[in-house]
Amino acid sequence: MKSFRVSVHIVPRKGLLDPQGKAVADALHTLGFQAVSEVHVGRHLVIDTAATDAAAAEFAVRDMCARLLANPVTEDFEIAGVTAT
Amino acid sequence: MTATPRPGDPAITPALVAEHGLTADEFERLRSMLGREPTFTELGIISALWSEHCSYKHSRPVLKTLPTEAPYVLQGPGENAGVISIGDGLAVAFKIESHNHPSAVEPYQGAATGVGGILRDVFTMGARPIAMLNSLRFGSLDTPRVRYLVGGVVKGIGDYGNCVGIPTVAGDVMFDAAYEGNPLVNAMCVGLLREEDLIRAKAEGVGNPIIAVGARTGRDGIHGASFASEDLSEENEAKRPRVQVGDPFTEKLLLEASLELITSGHIVAIQDMGAAGLTSSSAEMAERGEVGVTIDTLKVPQREQGMTPYEILLSESQERMLVVARQGHEDAVKKILAKWDLTAEVIGEVIAEPVYRVTEGDHVVAEFPGVRLVTDCPQYHPEAREAPEAAVRRAQDVHAVAEKPEEADPAWTLERLLECPTIASKRWITTQYDSTVRTNTVLGPGDGDAAVIRIRGTSKAIALKTDCNGRYVFLDPRVGGRIAVAEAARNVACVGARPMAITNCLNFGNPKKPDVFFQFREAVFGMGDACRALGTPVTGGNVSLYNENPQGAVYPTPVIGMVGLIDDVRHVTRAPFAAEGHTIVLLGDNTAELGGSEYLAWIHGVVAGAPPACDLDGEKRLIDALLAAIGGGHVASAHDCSEGGLAVALAECCMAREARPLGAQVDLSAWSALPLRALLFGEAQGRVVLSTTRAALVLEIAKRHGVPAAIIGTVRSASAGLVITVGSRVLRAETARLSRAFHEALPRAMQRAAAEAVDRDPALAGGTR
Repeated sequence: MKSFRVSVHIVPRKGLLDPQGKAVADALHTLGFQAVSEVHVGRHLVIDTAATDAAAAEFAVRDMCARLLANPVTEDFEIAGVTAT
Repeated sequence: MTATPRPGDPAITPALVAEHGLTADEFERLRSMLGREPTFTELGIISALWSEHCSYKHSRPVLKTLPTEAPYVLQGPGENAGVISIGDGLAVAFKIESHNHPSAVEPYQGAATGVGGILRDVFTMGARPIAMLNSLRFGSLDTPRVRYLVGGVVKGIGDYGNCVGIPTVAGDVMFDAAYEGNPLVNAMCVGLLREEDLIRAKAEGVGNPIIAVGARTGRDGIHGASFASEDLSEENEAKRPRVQVGDPFTEKLLLEASLELITSGHIVAIQDMGAAGLTSSSAEMAERGEVGVTIDTLKVPQREQGMTPYEILLSESQERMLVVARQGHEDAVKKILAKWDLTAEVIGEVIAEPVYRVTEGDHVVAEFPGVRLVTDCPQYHPEAREAPEAAVRRAQDVHAVAEKPEEADPAWTLERLLECPTIASKRWITTQYDSTVRTNTVLGPGDGDAAVIRIRGTSKAIALKTDCNGRYVFLDPRVGGRIAVAEAARNVACVGARPMAITNCLNFGNPKKPDVFFQFREAVFGMGDACRALGTPVTGGNVSLYNENPQGAVYPTPVIGMVGLIDDVRHVTRAPFAAEGHTIVLLGDNTAELGGSEYLAWIHGVVAGAPPACDLDGEKRLIDALLAAIGGGHVASAHDCSEGGLAVALAECCMAREARPLGAQVDLSAWSALPLRALLFGEAQGRVVLSTTRAALVLEIAKRHGVPAAIIGTVRSASAGLVITVGSRVLRAETARLSRAFHEALPRAMQRAAAEAVDRDPALAGGTR
C-alpha cells in the first residue's frame, strides 16, 4: 500500500438554484465587478489515504463522495488531483 | 388563433402520452376539447393540471361531503388558504400542505421548500405568517436511511423557518415501519390579517397585466409529478427531475413585498407559483375570475439559457408569485418590488376572449378554449372496497396477546413506552426550530397539548395543533378519521381554546386500489362526522395520493391542523402538573379497549384490534366542560390521554417539564375490574388528566355537562415518584428514571446516525408529493 493525497471539488449541481453563489455574485456586482456573470460556491476536500495505486485511491474517493461527501441529488463532484505522498 | 407545434417538439405518441400520466380516455378528452391534436406544450399543461395534486380528480366528490361553513369562516376551500374571523376586525389564514416526495428524494431541500410553499400560500391571502407547524411520519429509527431522512427534514424545516423569522411552534411526529421509504412531511402555516386586507387569487379586469414576481425561472422540479416514481438511474440522467432548492432570504423579501403590494391597492390578485408553477397558478386564477388569459413565455425572467415554453410553464422554481395588477399600475408594482430587490416582469394579460393561450413571442404554442381548464378535468368515482384482511385484523382479540414476563412489573412497560420514539420527548427535534421569534409564543413545543400564540393588541390568543394516528385509520378508517379531528380538538381545548376550524392534509396510497380508496372515503366521512359534531368546519387543505413503496401503501394518514381561539390569554393552561398538593382529576372514563394501541405495536409488534371507540357527543361535552373549568380559573394543568394511555399521560404530567419534576400518588382501584394493561396503556378516547386546587368545582362542572369525572390522586414531590395503585396491584416508578427514558430516547437514537455510513439512495424513494 502507498500513500496518496486526493483532492476533490464539490459544487452545486448544474442548473440548481445556488443562493450562496447568487449572493456572492450580487455582492461582486455591487463592488463593481460587472464582468462576473455567475458564481458557484462549493467545497474543496483534501483526503490522505492509503491505496495500491493512484487509480484505486481515486476510486475509493469517488465512492466516499457518492456515499457521504457529496449529496448526489444536489451536488456534483470532480476529482481535482491525485498525488503520491 | 390556433396552437401549432414548435420546431423541435417531440411527436405526440401513445408512449409520450403515457409518460405524462394521461390515460387513453383522458387523451381523447383533451383531443375533443381542442378539436385537434394537442401540441407538446399543451400535453405538458394538461398533464400537470389533471394530476391529482391540481385537479383532485379522484378525491373531489368525497371531499365535497365535508362541512365547510360557519358564521366566522371568511374563506373556505378553493383558495390559497382558508380564513376565519377571530373578532376585533382580525382574521387568521391557515393551511397545511404535503411535501412528501421531494423530502424522500432530498430531505433537507424537500422539507425546506415545503415550508416555503406553505408560507407563500398564507401571505398571498394578505396575512402575515405568525406560526408554523409540522406533521412528520417516518419509518423505524433503526434504519440508517430513516435517521438520515429525519436529520435532513428537521434541519430543512428549521433552517428555512428560522431564516424567514417565523416561529415553528408545534406539530406531531410518529415513527412506524409503514412509512419506510415514504416519509410524510406536512407543513402548516398560520397567518394574521386585518379582515379588510383579505385578498383572493381571482384574475379579473380585461386588459389588466399579469406579472411574474420574485425569483427567476429555472429548470427545477419539471415533471415533479409525472416522473416521480421513475428509477433515477444514470441512463435517464438527462430527464432526472431536478430538486427545487429553497432560498429563504428571497422568501422573506417576497413576503414583505407581497404584503406591501396587497395593501397598496395596485393589484387585484396574487398567487404562489407552487406545484406545476406558472401553469396552475395562471389557469386557477383565470378560472376563478372566469376570464381568459394570454401569456408570453419569452417575457418570463429565466435563470437558464434556452428554456422551452414547456419547461417555463412547468418549472417549480421556488420563491415566485403571479400577480394580476391594475392596468396602468405596472410601474408602481415594479417600484415596490425594486425596493425589496426583486424583479417583476409583465408576462401576459387578462383578456375577454374565453381562452387560455400561451405564446412564445408571436408563435401560439398552446391554446385551450373555455376558462374552466382546472375543474373541467376528468372526474373519477373509484371503486371502494375494504380489503378482507383488514376486517380480520380488526376482529382479532388483542386481549389474547400473551404478556411478556417483564410486564409483571408495569413500571417496566411504562418505561419502555416512554422510550418509544412516537411517545418520547421530541425536544431533539424542536430545539432545532426557533419557536419564540416574534415574541408572541405563549406555549411552545412541549409546554402544553397545543401551541399558543398571543394576538398583540388584544387579550386573545390562538391555539394550534396537528394530529393524526394513522394506525387507527388503518385499522378502521371511519373511526380513525373521527379520532384525528377529536384528538386535535381535545388538545386545543386542553390549553383553554375553543376549537374553531381545521385544515387537512390527506396522505393516502394509490386511489385506484379499491382498498385504498375505501380508506380514503371512510376516513373523510369520519372527519366530516367529527367536524359536524364539534362545530369545526374544514377551510381547505391538500390531498397527497400514491404514497406507496414496494411494501405497500403508508398508513392512511389524514393529518388535521386545528385552530382554536382563546378569548383571555390569562387562562392558557399547560400540560405538566403545576405544584405539589394539587388534586388530580380524570375527565372521561376508562375502558377495556386495547386495540390499535402504541403498547401493542411497540411492546408486542402487533397492529390489530379495533381502535378505541370515538363518542363524538361525549367529546363535545368533554370540551365544553374543560373550557368551562379552565375559563373559570379552576384548572392548574390539563393533558389529554393519547398514545400510551393513562399511565403515559400521568408520567408525562410528572416529568415532561424536565427542570421541575414532580411525582403523583394515584389510585385507580375503581377500575380494578378492567384488564390492568388496558387500564394503564389502552387508548380509550375522550379522557383528560387535569390538576386543580378546586376539585369539587371541577367535578360539579363535569356533572353539569354530563361528563364522567373522578378524583384519582394527588400531585407529590419528585422524590415520591409515580405510584399508581389498582386494587392489589401497584405501579411504582422513580420520576428520574421515567424522565431519563422519556427525554433521552430520541437523542440516543439519532446519535447513532453520526457513527454510521449514510445511505443516500434516491432510487429508494417512491410515490408522489
